[in-house]
Amino acid sequence: MTRQMTGAKMVVQALKDQGVDTVFGYPGGAVLPIYDEIFQQNDIRHILVRHEQAAIHAAEGYARSTGKPGVALVTSGPGATNAVTGLTDALLDSIPIVVLSGQVPTFMIGSDAFQEADTVGITRPCTKHNWLVKETDKLSSIMHQAFHVATSGRPGPVLVDIPKDVQFATGEYTAKPQAPVGHYQPQVKGDLETITQLVEAIEKAEKPVFYTGGGVINSGPGASQLLRELVEATGFPITSTLMGLGAYPASGKAWLGMLGMHGLYEANLAMHGCDLMINIGARFDDRITGRLDAFSPRSKKAHIDIDPSSINKVIKADMPIVGDVGHVLEDVLKIWKARGRKVNREAIAKWWQQIEEWKKVKCLTYKQSETVIKPQYALERLEALTKGRDRYITTEVGQHQMWAAQYLGFEDPNRWMTSGGLGTMGYGFPASVGVQVAHPEALVINVAGEASWLMNMQEMGTAVQFNLPVKQFILNNERLGMVRQWQQLLHGERYSQSWSEALPDFVKLAEAFGAKGIICKDPKDLDDAIMEMLEHDGPVIFDCLVEKHENCFPMIPSGEPHNKMLLGDAQATNAIAGKGAVLV
Amino acid sequence: MSALQIKKGSSKHSAYNLRPTFSDVQETHTITVLVENEPGVLARVIGLFSGRGYNIDSLTVAEVDHEGHLSRITIVTTGTPQVIEQIKAQLGRIVSVRDVHDLTAEGSSVERELALLKVASTGDKRVEALRLADIFRAQVVDSTLESFVFQLTGTPDKIDAFAELMRPLGLVQVARTGVAALARGKV
Ligand SMILES: Cc1ncc(C[n+]2csc(CCOP(=O)(O)OP(=O)(O)O)c2C)c(N)n1
Ligand SMILES: [Mg+2]
Repeated sequence: MTRQMTGAKMVVQALKDQGVDTVFGYPGGAVLPIYDEIFQQNDIRHILVRHEQAAIHAAEGYARSTGKPGVALVTSGPGATNAVTGLTDALLDSIPIVVLSGQVPTFMIGSDAFQEADTVGITRPCTKHNWLVKETDKLSSIMHQAFHVATSGRPGPVLVDIPKDVQFATGEYTAKPQAPVGHYQPQVKGDLETITQLVEAIEKAEKPVFYTGGGVINSGPGASQLLRELVEATGFPITSTLMGLGAYPASGKAWLGMLGMHGLYEANLAMHGCDLMINIGARFDDRITGRLDAFSPRSKKAHIDIDPSSINKVIKADMPIVGDVGHVLEDVLKIWKARGRKVNREAIAKWWQQIEEWKKVKCLTYKQSETVIKPQYALERLEALTKGRDRYITTEVGQHQMWAAQYLGFEDPNRWMTSGGLGTMGYGFPASVGVQVAHPEALVINVAGEASWLMNMQEMGTAVQFNLPVKQFILNNERLGMVRQWQQLLHGERYSQSWSEALPDFVKLAEAFGAKGIICKDPKDLDDAIMEMLEHDGPVIFDCLVEKHENCFPMIPSGEPHNKMLLGDAQATNAIAGKGAVLV
Repeated sequence: MSALQIKKGSSKHSAYNLRPTFSDVQETHTITVLVENEPGVLARVIGLFSGRGYNIDSLTVAEVDHEGHLSRITIVTTGTPQVIEQIKAQLGRIVSVRDVHDLTAEGSSVERELALLKVASTGDKRVEALRLADIFRAQVVDSTLESFVFQLTGTPDKIDAFAELMRPLGLVQVARTGVAALARGKV
C-alpha cells in the first residue's frame, strides 16, 4: 500500500507503524514540520526533555527497561551534536535506539547554513548505521530500515538525518510490510558442531563457571529463562558483568555476584581458577579481564556472541559460537539433554566447596558507623526497604554505581540500567525518566553521586512536568568519589579537583522545581527517610550525606590479574604502580 | 582479609597489551570488500581503519555494478594475524558491506596496480631509462625532449622495483592507483 503524504507526516506514520508510543525530544527550526505533525495527533506521546543528551539517555532507559527500541527527536546543529554522547553510550552498551535529527534543507547543505552540522559525518563512528535522507520518497523505507538495523543482530543506535525540505515535500509512503529490509540479516543460529563441543566440555568440566553479560538481556526474556534452566540443571556457578545483572536472579543459589574490577572475590577467583569458562553474551571487556596474560590461565573458553568481531578480539576462544544467545542456549540445552544431562557431579561439588571457602572472606564487609551513613549501608537499607516491589534501578557513574551493583540484588532482566561501556556521568537521571515513562506505575530509583547528578539535573523540569515520580537517591560524598579513590591509590593522595564544592541545597533545589526534597545524614534516620521517599507520589531528590572518603572494594588494580584483588584500605595505599598507572 | 598482597611495582603489563597469547608476526593481506554504493560508505570503511588504529597500505574503490549499486573496495593492510581477523570481522559489521574476502588467506589471486612515473633526464640516463622501461614492459604515454611519462601495470613489487631503478635516472613524480585484486578461478 502506498500513499502520498509529506515527509513530516511520514515520520509520524512510520513511527506508528513501528509500534512506537513515545518519543523523547526537543524542538528547533529544522524539525518544525515534524513537531507540527506531532501536535496534530494523539497516538505518539512526546516527552519534552531539557537537553538533547537527556533525550537519548531517556530513550536508552526506555529501551533497556522494555526491550523495545527507544526513539528520540532532535533538531539540526546543536541538537544533533548534543546527542553524540548518548549515541556513543548506546553504541558501547548495544542499546537499540532510533534518533531522528532535523537538517538544513538539501539545497543549503554544505553552505555553513545556520545550525548546519555534518550530522551523519559526526555520528558515523558513534552509530551502528546512519542515513541522510535526500528524497521524500525514500524517507519511509529508510525509517523502517532504521528500526530493523537498530534491533537486529547486536542492537545499537541508528540516526536518520532529515533535511527540512524533505519534511515539507510530498512523496510516496511505503508501509512497513512493503519496505525492503535490505541485506542486513545477522546470523542467529549457532554452529551445531561447536555447540556439541561445548556440551561435551560441560559434561566433563570439573571447575566450570558461567560468565554472562548484556547479550543475555538483549536477547530477550526468553534467553534469561533458558539461562536459568541451564544453570539450575547443571549446578554450575554463575557470575555476570555489570551489564548482565538480573539475567540470573541474585537470590539464585548458583549466583556468585558480579565479577570484574569491583566484582566479588568469589566471582573473580572462580573466573581465575576455572577449567571451563562459558561466556554468554559478554565481551571480555578490560574491566573484566584485568591483566590479559594472567586471565583465567587454565580454562578452556567458550564464547557465545552475536557479533563475530567480539570473538577473539581480546581473548582467544576455544569454542567460538556466533549466534543469538537465546537460540544458542536452546540448542545447548537440547543437545545436552539428548545426551543424558551429564555433569561431573563429584567434581562440581568439590568446586563448590572451594567457592564456599572464598565466600567466607565476605568481601563486601565494610566498617559500620554509628555517626555517619556509610554508602554501602544506605544501599543495604534501600535494598531491604524496596525488595519485592516492582522496582527499576538506574545509576550514574562512580563509586555509587559500583556499590549499587554490589549491594542491590536483581531478580529479573531489564530492571537495571547503568552506563557500562562509556561510563557516562549524567546517564542515570534521564535514563530514570525514560524508564518511568515506560513503566508509570513502577518504582524507579536513580542511585546517583552528587557530581554525576548535576550533569543532567535540568531534567527535574521534565520529571515535574510529566508527573514522573522518579526517586533521585543521591549518595552525596561531596567528592568525585571514584576519581578521589584513584588519586588515593595512584597519585599519593593528591586530590586534584576531585571534590564537589558549592553544591546546591538539594532540598531547596527540589522545591524550586516543584518537587520534594529530603536530606538525611544520621544513620538512625535513614529508614524513615527512605520510607518517606518511597511513599511520596512524585519526584523526589534524596540527599543522602555519606562518608566522604569511603573506598570501593574489592578492587582489581589496573594491570593486575583476578587473583590480585584488593579487599580493603590496608592493602590499597599506592597499590597501583609501574605501568598499571597509565591504564584507566 | 586475605593474604593477597600487591607488591609495589608488580604490574609490568598493560591491560591494553591486547595480544600476549597471539602471534606477533606482521602479515600483509589483500582484502576485497563489496559494498553498497551509497554516500559515506568509503568514509565508514576508512573511519574504521583510522578509528581502530589499523594500517592501510593501499586502498582502491570504484563502482563495479551500476544496476546493483555495488562498489568494490580493495584494501591492502598489514597486521598480526589476530588484527587481520579483527579487520575482517569489523568490516563485516558495517551495515552497507555485502561481503568481505581475504584474498591472501583464501587461495591464489591476481593483484595488479597501475603506476605513472615521470622521469626527467637527458643523454645516457634517458637512454637507460627507456631501455629499462622496455625490460619492464612499461609504456611511454608522454614524452618531451627531457622527460618521459611511463605507464606500468603489475604487482606492487614490480612497480616498486621499477621506481627504484628510475630514481637515479631522474624520477621526479610517481602516481599509483593502489591494488585491484580478484580471486583466481571461476567464482
Ligand atoms: C562525563 C564524564 N566525565 C568524567 C568522568 C570521570 N569520572 C568517573 S567517576 C567520576 C566521579 C563521579 O562522582 P560522583 O557522581 O559524585 O560519584 P561518586 O564516585 O562520588 O560516587 C568522574 C569524574 C565520567 N565518567 N564521565
Ligand atoms: Mg560523589
